[in-house]
Amino acid sequence: MRRLAYQAAAVAVALIVVGYLVHNASVNLAERRIASGFGFLEREAGFEISESPFLRYSASDTYLSALAVGVGNTLRVAFIGIVAATLLGAAVGLFRLSKNFLLRTLAAAYVEFIRNSPLLVQLFFWYAVITEALPMPREALQPLPGVFLTNRGLYFPAPGSVPVLESFNFAGGFVLTPEFTALLLGLTVYTAAFIAEIVRAGLLSVSRGQWDAAFAIGLTRGQALRRVVVPQALRVMVPPMASQYLNITKNSSLAVAIGYPDLVSIANTAMNQTGQAIEGVAIIMAVYLTISLSISALMNWYNARIALR
Amino acid sequence: MKWLRENLFPDPVTGLVTFVLVAFLWKIVPPFVDWAFIDAVWRPDARACHDAGGACWGFIAEKHRFILFGTYPFEQHWRPAASTLLLISLWGFSLVRIFWRWWLALVWVAGLTVIGVLMWGGVLGLPYVENGRWGGLILTLLLATFGIAFAFPLSIVLALGRRSELPVIRALCVGYIELIRGVPLISVLFMASVMLPLFLPSGVTMDKLLRAQVALILFAAAYFAEVVRGGLQAIPKAQYEMADALGLTYWQKTSYVILPQALRVAVPPLVNTCIGFFKDTSLVLIIGLFDLLTTIKVSLTDPRWAGFGVEAYLFAAAVYFVFCFAMSLYSRRLEASR
Repeated sequence: MRRLAYQAAAVAVALIVVGYLVHNASVNLAERRIASGFGFLEREAGFEISESPFLRYSASDTYLSALAVGVGNTLRVAFIGIVAATLLGAAVGLFRLSKNFLLRTLAAAYVEFIRNSPLLVQLFFWYAVITEALPMPREALQPLPGVFLTNRGLYFPAPGSVPVLESFNFAGGFVLTPEFTALLLGLTVYTAAFIAEIVRAGLLSVSRGQWDAAFAIGLTRGQALRRVVVPQALRVMVPPMASQYLNITKNSSLAVAIGYPDLVSIANTAMNQTGQAIEGVAIIMAVYLTISLSISALMNWYNARIALR
Repeated sequence: MKWLRENLFPDPVTGLVTFVLVAFLWKIVPPFVDWAFIDAVWRPDARACHDAGGACWGFIAEKHRFILFGTYPFEQHWRPAASTLLLISLWGFSLVRIFWRWWLALVWVAGLTVIGVLMWGGVLGLPYVENGRWGGLILTLLLATFGIAFAFPLSIVLALGRRSELPVIRALCVGYIELIRGVPLISVLFMASVMLPLFLPSGVTMDKLLRAQVALILFAAAYFAEVVRGGLQAIPKAQYEMADALGLTYWQKTSYVILPQALRVAVPPLVNTCIGFFKDTSLVLIIGLFDLLTTIKVSLTDPRWAGFGVEAYLFAAAVYFVFCFAMSLYSRRLEASR
């Protein structure tokens, strides 16, 4: 009886709070003459988007297509970031356990410096490095033939198209904009420091006896790592890695601060233009929740596959 | 020599790695030292900065008052300065375990009252300064302090709720925690800055600072709750059973037996979560609050000092690093002393 009463009270409080907020919102919206609902998605967006690698988009398209471009851009930077951060993080994690004092120390310094400053500061830093320290297109750095580093972006040769300097900028080839480069670099470098610690803890969690046993049957250090230690360490590593992958995806929303057109920056522009704040925030949250749940489901499936049976 | 041989050249492959690393460091460290120190300009002289080949630390020297105190009235800067020092001392004081007594709460209430009087003024002959003009380091520290202070109790409630035997309460807590943890902080801040005003009864307004603070508290509580839950799960089942056997009620059991042990386990990971939260306060820049990072970014918009972003953000990273690294050293010491 007591248990029922507690639960009924909790539900009642939650309903009253939500009902009160909804009531206030409807009164306020009526006062400000804002039509609620998602009808605005069909209207013309009227703003350009600086990069849209997957979808063809122009200012005369709808808000819905603008948001779709944003989702595409978020997924692009998050996916590449996850792959790059995993590789860099695994390398740094291994380096932290190296026999070589210098390598070990440099890896530890990297982890400490990166983990103890905000990602947003690091994004601004990389953006400043690209736009201030790299030269104008006319004096582009050319580290490899056909690769040009400029403060307008990084240009790479692509099959059938090579970057060529025209009057003010390069044309052709494959381009990474300064915004995308800064965001990808920032997310990768930042998250790799956390992944390195997960990899290190995972490897340390495998007992010393496993190494000795592997050596005893004649495996080299590399073989022992690949065939004996890593498969066991993975079981410890997968759940925290999943939350780092979620973090990369959520942190890609900081794009709005350096002007990369991800979902949040496009939704923000749409909110400013239409005043549809509730719908805009709801769309952002719904998209991220969907992505988060998908990554969780994927990682749970992988975790179940590698678990001890 | 023996140390060198064992740690840098134990076998050919490791030796080769050492050589490659030394060559790499040789290539990047001296130019960096030249840029950061030898060729750097330290005095606040914009022309010298633009002519020099090195870093322009003069930018920080020129703008340090604005960076530290934001748009607070210039001749009153001693007030946020004193508040900053007081707040940092309060934190330092609270880290010492022998001071973890009930009167520590009184010390905090007294300290925060003094800070409130200093910052707002309007009494004791101090001119009134509205909180819209607060900025810089003190704003970052206050957002973090109040964020932690309110999120922590809320997180205990959420964590207990998540482990409750009552299905409805459990569902509400799980729903809240997973919802907040599934979305980025920016969307919660947007919610506070653009949506919250719509949810308040007409005529009632909340200023921008308070709205951001509420968003930070609601966000941090979900993350703290998961750490507290970890602590609760670390308590052996026998402890619950013994408390039941003694005939304690749920609240007696929780507050006298379970929580004291669970929170002790949870302290080191909680400090780590606090570090993450402290870094996250920098996101208030996006909704236009004048925290430390915003004042640095705004300083860069001065046309005379354009183009020194690299120096400015290195400085920002250094300031955040000092606080975060101190906390992480502390967390490691706590863990080692257990």
